[in-house]
Amino acid sequence: MSTVILLLITGLGLGALYFLIASGLSLIYGLMGVLNFAHGSFLTLGAYIGWEVARVLGADNWAVFIASVLVGAVVGAAFAAATEFFLIRKLYERHIEQVLVTVGLALASVALFDGIWGTDPIYVTGPSWLGGTTEILGASIPNNRFILILAAVLVLLGIVAFLKYTRYGLIIRAGVENRSMVTALGIDVRRAFTVVFAIGGAAAGVGGVLASSYYGYVSSGIGGSLLIFAFIVTVIGGLGSLSGAAIAAALVAVLQQFANFYLGGTGDFVVVLLLAVVLLVRPSGLLGSKA
Amino acid sequence: MSTLILTVRGLSAKIAGQQVVEDVSFDVPSTGVTALLGRNGVGKTSTIKGILGLIERRGEVTFYGDSDGDGDPGVRLDRQRTHRIVQRGIGYVPEDREVFSKLTVAENLRLAERDANPRREFVAELFPDLVARSGQLAGTLSGGQQQMLSLARALINTNRLLLVDEPTKGLAPIIVGEVADALEEAAKTVPVLLVEQNLQVVRRLAAGAIVIEGGRVVHTGDATELLDNDDMTRRFLGVHAEAGGQTPADSEATS
Repeated sequence: MSTVILLLITGLGLGALYFLIASGLSLIYGLMGVLNFAHGSFLTLGAYIGWEVARVLGADNWAVFIASVLVGAVVGAAFAAATEFFLIRKLYERHIEQVLVTVGLALASVALFDGIWGTDPIYVTGPSWLGGTTEILGASIPNNRFILILAAVLVLLGIVAFLKYTRYGLIIRAGVENRSMVTALGIDVRRAFTVVFAIGGAAAGVGGVLASSYYGYVSSGIGGSLLIFAFIVTVIGGLGSLSGAAIAAALVAVLQQFANFYLGGTGDFVVVLLLAVVLLVRPSGLLGSKA
Repeated sequence: MSTLILTVRGLSAKIAGQQVVEDVSFDVPSTGVTALLGRNGVGKTSTIKGILGLIERRGEVTFYGDSDGDGDPGVRLDRQRTHRIVQRGIGYVPEDREVFSKLTVAENLRLAERDANPRREFVAELFPDLVARSGQLAGTLSGGQQQMLSLARALINTNRLLLVDEPTKGLAPIIVGEVADALEEAAKTVPVLLVEQNLQVVRRLAAGAIVIEGGRVVHTGDATELLDNDDMTRRFLGVHAEAGGQTPADSEATS
């Protein structure tokens, strides 16, 4: 029983990490039809800058930890908004070029991160509580999983509130459904594009700082490795669906954990299998709109 | 001769590389309803979309709505993006309504508000049913209600020109009357370029008529004269005007 609890909660923690990346990917694709392969770089930069904040201000401190998460969010948002403004904006409706430019940016940014911070992983520490465990029904759960789950829930609620109660949120929801009609109402939808990129980048930046806590280190490849699973989550949840991404993130990560434990480390394989099944049975994903 | 609100000269438009409008030229007067007519697939909707920049286009589209005085040199719309064109005071009611189905009625209207003082009372008086359904998702409305919402979205702003594309398409006769009532009311204060297949509605609302065939303008003149001329209605629209109904849908792609 304790093993099941452990796998379930650690799975949800990993799912929270997936969601922090997939939420932005899904919103960006839903509104703009852009498959952003550079999204992992937003996460990686957030992780490095978060580590820099902790290094300068002192790691074993909750205030510094929260500050590093917030700085990671701001840096992720700024990087993402700049990417949209300078690279993506000129390439709307040119999907091949978009893929090429975002893949190029992902590769270039990894090289840049290696150049700045080196190719070796940088090991991070945080408040001592994060390194400990909490007993739940006999299972010792690593504390950083709770922080990840809490952060993902807060990000989900924040994005939902933004989409529901702000004018930009209204524009984004309408734009996901029918972008050209939004422009035909006299709205410059490109501003919403930048906002969506910034939101996605902020969530990824938060994810970066928390991922470094989850893995215990920062490296230039951290975003790229998570991005693969975030794409799978986005497709399974339904491209453009935030709630679909949340459900799929939890589902994929929990399944991955259980398969790794009970099926001899086949978690990644089972996730890809799930992706194949969803694409065959329900190509629009769990909550995606039918084309 | 009344003054003009819009002139179109040599407008050509493409969709996915295919020519759908070719060298179209016409004028829209600054008062009343001007009908843009033609069989299905001749390029009426594409002409409207071309004016708005919703599809790739070239040619001259000049708008004279930025001042009320004579001698207005006009503003070229053909090099502007869609949202800028609409912000100049051009309301658009698209074919097939295109309401945002996952937004409520109130959200659809709020999204459409461009003016500092949107005409909420005017819209509420014109479409009381929408007020009662303000919290309902637009996708759950009937076709007629969606059309009312689509019209309301345009009328909530003070426009200088309305582009209305097949507002009665697929609606029950009683709803067609309501839509025509709303357009008639709107046309008292703003000129309308109306694409419409229902010739009874055209007869009731339109002063002028422009007929498109094969992506080109083939006739311009008085709407009633056109509809009273059996030969022309049969030749241009493929129907007897006295039959009154809609022009028959042919097998061509939707314009």
